Amino acid sequence: MSEALVEVRNVSHRFGATEVLADVSLSIAPGSYTVLLGPSGSGKTTLLSILGGFLVPSKGKVFIRGEDCTALPPAKRPTTTVFQDYALFPHMSVGGNVGFGLRMRRVARDERDRLAREVLAIVGLPEAFGRRPHQLSGGQRQRVALARALAVEPAVLLLDEPLGALDLKLRRQMQDELKAIQQRVGTAFIHVTHDQEEAMALANHCVVLNRGRIEDEGPPERIYLRPTSRFSATFMGESTIMPTADAWLAIRPEHLRLSREPGTTRLGEARVTAVVFQGGFKRVTAEATDGQAFIAKVPAETNVAPGDKVAPSCRAEDMIHLER
Amino acid sequence: MRAAIKFLSAGYAAAIYAFIFLPVIVLVVFSLQSTAFPIPPFTGPSLRWYKAVLGDARLTSALANSLLVAALSSFIAAALGFLAAWGFARFTLPGSALLRGLITLPLTVSYLIIGMGLLVLFNWAGLPKSLTAAGIGHVVINLPLCFAIIYSQMGDHQINIERAARDLGAREWQVLTMVTLPIMWPAIFASLFLSMTFSWDEFVISFLLTRFDTTLPVEIWNLLRSGLNPKTNAVGSMVFGVSVLLAIAFELILLRRKPA
Repeated sequence: MSEALVEVRNVSHRFGATEVLADVSLSIAPGSYTVLLGPSGSGKTTLLSILGGFLVPSKGKVFIRGEDCTALPPAKRPTTTVFQDYALFPHMSVGGNVGFGLRMRRVARDERDRLAREVLAIVGLPEAFGRRPHQLSGGQRQRVALARALAVEPAVLLLDEPLGALDLKLRRQMQDELKAIQQRVGTAFIHVTHDQEEAMALANHCVVLNRGRIEDEGPPERIYLRPTSRFSATFMGESTIMPTADAWLAIRPEHLRLSREPGTTRLGEARVTAVVFQGGFKRVTAEATDGQAFIAKVPAETNVAPGDKVAPSCRAEDMIHLER
Repeated sequence: MRAAIKFLSAGYAAAIYAFIFLPVIVLVVFSLQSTAFPIPPFTGPSLRWYKAVLGDARLTSALANSLLVAALSSFIAAALGFLAAWGFARFTLPGSALLRGLITLPLTVSYLIIGMGLLVLFNWAGLPKSLTAAGIGHVVINLPLCFAIIYSQMGDHQINIERAARDLGAREWQVLTMVTLPIMWPAIFASLFLSMTFSWDEFVISFLLTRFDTTLPVEIWNLLRSGLNPKTNAVGSMVFGVSVLLAIAFELILLRRKPA
């Protein structure tokens, strides 16, 4: 791994008496797509604001390209932010919006118009240059916000829940495009979301946050298949969590069988509480008499109904051991 | 039954509007009188008295004074109101709610009290009675209004827009002039025209704070002391006409909603 582009060292932040970030350290490689994933209140947006310079942390330091940026204002750091509500300048044309950062850097008009058109082409809106933000759809505004932030060629692009305001279909489509744009421009993206599917689709480095701490960190495949904490096992996808003598066992729903099969370990008996048909599979929840809950994904054609008695089991290698 | 209610409510509405507008209508109609007294029967229409007003140097200079005071004082009031609104909306200040209350408080104080207070203060400070003094008085009464209008339109949704400008390298004055000001234009213009309207036909403060050069309402009052005369009707109609134009400008700007 090459030298870190962004280095967060022991950052803590409190708003009044509430500690929103507790001793967070993080290192981000150039050209990576990092997703900060966590529920609301996990501190992910606070961390992004600290990276963008909108907040100065109570404790700790932030280095970008080896330079201490902890107290540097947003204008002076090599970062730009794509805001959740896009925050486009309503009184300027799309070209004016995209060229704004270059204008602040005293780039001559012709040159900045040319660059703005170039970036608009990258985000797939080459024809929008002369239009006004209010004439665009939500997805198009999103692209303009992205183009505006990319136009000044930041070292790090920060995205605050950028797809949160879009409907599901558009969100999945923009996800693919974001990833493609990131690979094309090669800028490091740091993207905040609470949507674990979004995280898995986009990230090559995923940081799971909970209550101001990093719960788990790494490639999304690793976090999904081998989560290191109970929180990430249940937040990054679902899991059946079973207590053992001194730890937890987590089993992903697709690994849980509803009947004994050769080579699997029995996990007890349970009664099916709900079956939800989800197209390619059925999501089955069951509960044992001692209250132990099970979640399984079974093939859509499986014949199972609420009230059925089942004997959940799974292969030993699919059980994930979590430290308590 | 339905028809009766409809008839009654229409009659009621007509009565209300007549009550509000009849005095103005009478004023305007008799300004067009061709004889020397503004009383029935109507002898016009004639522009004789408008010609008399425009030929009267005292009235025309008072008119020019009024326009000057209205324009300058409302410009200053809107500028100060905008800066105050921006300060309160964007920065956390100690005792912010109390200070905001204090800045809008003059709206509830009578012009007479404000005028007397200024008279005493200017006397003590050695500022003679003048159009400048009256203009300052108009800033005092219109600043709270401008502040209230602009502050109410300065929503939180603009905070991120200003942040985005800063993030892209704008300095604070650039954020203000290139982003905040253009977005706030409608509210600023609206408060400007409303202040102009209020300054334009304000009497009490101008009366207390001016002496030789004075504003049109004060000059009209001087004219009225020598009795009714279609000339007062004519100049009153002109004052009313300008107020209407300013009010229309205000409504057009504030009520015109841009597509979201």
